[in-house]
Amino acid sequence: MASLTTLTLAEAREGLAKGDFTAKELVEAHLRAVEAGRDLNAFVTETPDVAIDAAAVADERIRTGRAGPLEGLPIAVKDLFCTEGVRTTAASRILHNFVPPYESTVTAKLKQAGAVMLGKANLDEFAMGSSNETSHFGGAVNPWRRKGEPKAKLVPGGSSGGSAAAVAARLALAATGTDTGGSIRQPASFCGIVGMKPTYGRCSRWGIVAFASSLDQAGPMTRSVRDAAIMLGAMCGHDPKDSTSAPMAVPDFEAALTGDIRGLRVGIPREYRRDDVPEEIARLWDQGVAWLRDAGAEPVEISLPHTKYALPAYYIIAPAEASSNLARYDGVRYGLRVEGDSLDAMYRNTRAAGFGREVKRRILIGTYALSAGYYDAYYAKAQKVRSLIARDFRDAFGHVDVILTPTAPSAAFPLGEKVDDPVTMYLNDVFTVPTSLAGLPGISVPAGLDGQGLPLGLQLIGRPFDEETVLRAAEVMETAAGFTAAPAGVEG
Amino acid sequence: MSLDKATVRSIATLARIDVPDEDLEPLAGELSAILDWIEQLGEVDTEGVPPMTSVAEMTLPRRADEVTDGNCPDKVLANAPESQDGFFLVPKVVE
Repeated sequence: MASLTTLTLAEAREGLAKGDFTAKELVEAHLRAVEAGRDLNAFVTETPDVAIDAAAVADERIRTGRAGPLEGLPIAVKDLFCTEGVRTTAASRILHNFVPPYESTVTAKLKQAGAVMLGKANLDEFAMGSSNETSHFGGAVNPWRRKGEPKAKLVPGGSSGGSAAAVAARLALAATGTDTGGSIRQPASFCGIVGMKPTYGRCSRWGIVAFASSLDQAGPMTRSVRDAAIMLGAMCGHDPKDSTSAPMAVPDFEAALTGDIRGLRVGIPREYRRDDVPEEIARLWDQGVAWLRDAGAEPVEISLPHTKYALPAYYIIAPAEASSNLARYDGVRYGLRVEGDSLDAMYRNTRAAGFGREVKRRILIGTYALSAGYYDAYYAKAQKVRSLIARDFRDAFGHVDVILTPTAPSAAFPLGEKVDDPVTMYLNDVFTVPTSLAGLPGISVPAGLDGQGLPLGLQLIGRPFDEETVLRAAEVMETAAGFTAAPAGVEG
Repeated sequence: MSLDKATVRSIATLARIDVPDEDLEPLAGELSAILDWIEQLGEVDTEGVPPMTSVAEMTLPRRADEVTDGNCPDKVLANAPESQDGFFLVPKVVE
């Protein structure tokens, strides 16, 4: 039998059902891995006691035939999901001591399904970043290394960097992530795992620390497409507590994995061919097209003419919403307080000390974009461009069923390389942001290694609420890619 | 679009973030670089295009106007930096 930490969710589920091992054994193996993997800084808070207790409950439920779909399966939870009684920081100093008195809807559903939380995973502060380096608790580290450079640490991507690192390094079978502009898909690509952002409205945002409310969406980060389908099914569903949560039934996502994509029309957007993207990423993309064609799909060249403007529109809309959402951190109700000689001075001192550089930059940009006299020039303009981007996708989906693109314009890069140049850092999300603005489902699937031995992902994008087609095509591509590589020190 | 120090100071005041004087200049540079890059949105013809205000084409649901939660002041105050007698405590605002 393979080591317990290298199983997929599906395999572990089967092993538990057959009695090959207990939830206690499975969870303890992962707790040991979490402890041994501390140099990755993948967790802000480890919760071994919570995990051991939950494993005992899981074993009892399995024994008495009451197992949920994720019963006894150990996962990491991005530290952006409020967890009752367990500190939730958003990787910010301003929430360094916040212990939520309630549980987010998504984590409550996962618990109900039997999932066992190992701990709270590291992230960029308030999910604002593409490298996990803006975390108040220090950056998480990618378990992958460049060939011949075993010492040079690379970023895991972000913002769900701790989640991606934990899953790639086999510290957790799976993890929750959240994606606002690429925060699930880009780290999945950097760490060689599967990451899915479902359609906006598929998962409830209730209890997730808000960044940009019209974009934020939770999703699964796993080591296989089947696992993503299994986990998504347990995470999503209508929630009256989130008015933007879609009142739709949850399909059986796993049943959608038929392996049959004959006749599927796959859009290849010509605007995603960028000169600044490495040749090997373009080649891998071509390879992805060939894999899907060989499986019976029909590639169709399409145009998404406003692609170029997605990123600048995003960097108005997301900071504007963030500046509004983060106004709540005022030193009064929770989190850090730094005294001042007036109420106003207390607010200013608290926020100056509590927020990191990137978060402050975005709050200031957002405040400016929403301020009197500039609102129309920036915010309203960006909202109109967003309409055009969404229209591009709507038009394209008139004659294709899914769209295939690279996930990110590069493989993982060294810590510190881009941290001082915001605009260069923002370009990490050039292929993922348009999907976010349009609210569409997107998945990153590990498709190959670059010349330096680092994983690269390809992204499949679908129609609103058509995660099933996205997952079906993703599984076919996963099978064709046969990606079995694992970071050094981890058996595949 | 280039921001000067005074503008950055007034944005920081609106955002209630204290920025020391010596940080205003570098911050003005960083924010101006981001805004310069965003300026390319000006190339897009958005005449007659409605602003996108909702991702999903759905009307916001209404719920019945009923109290469904509450009676948990201890939980509400549990994370407060300072509280007293069931209230949040803030610095004096009225002389």
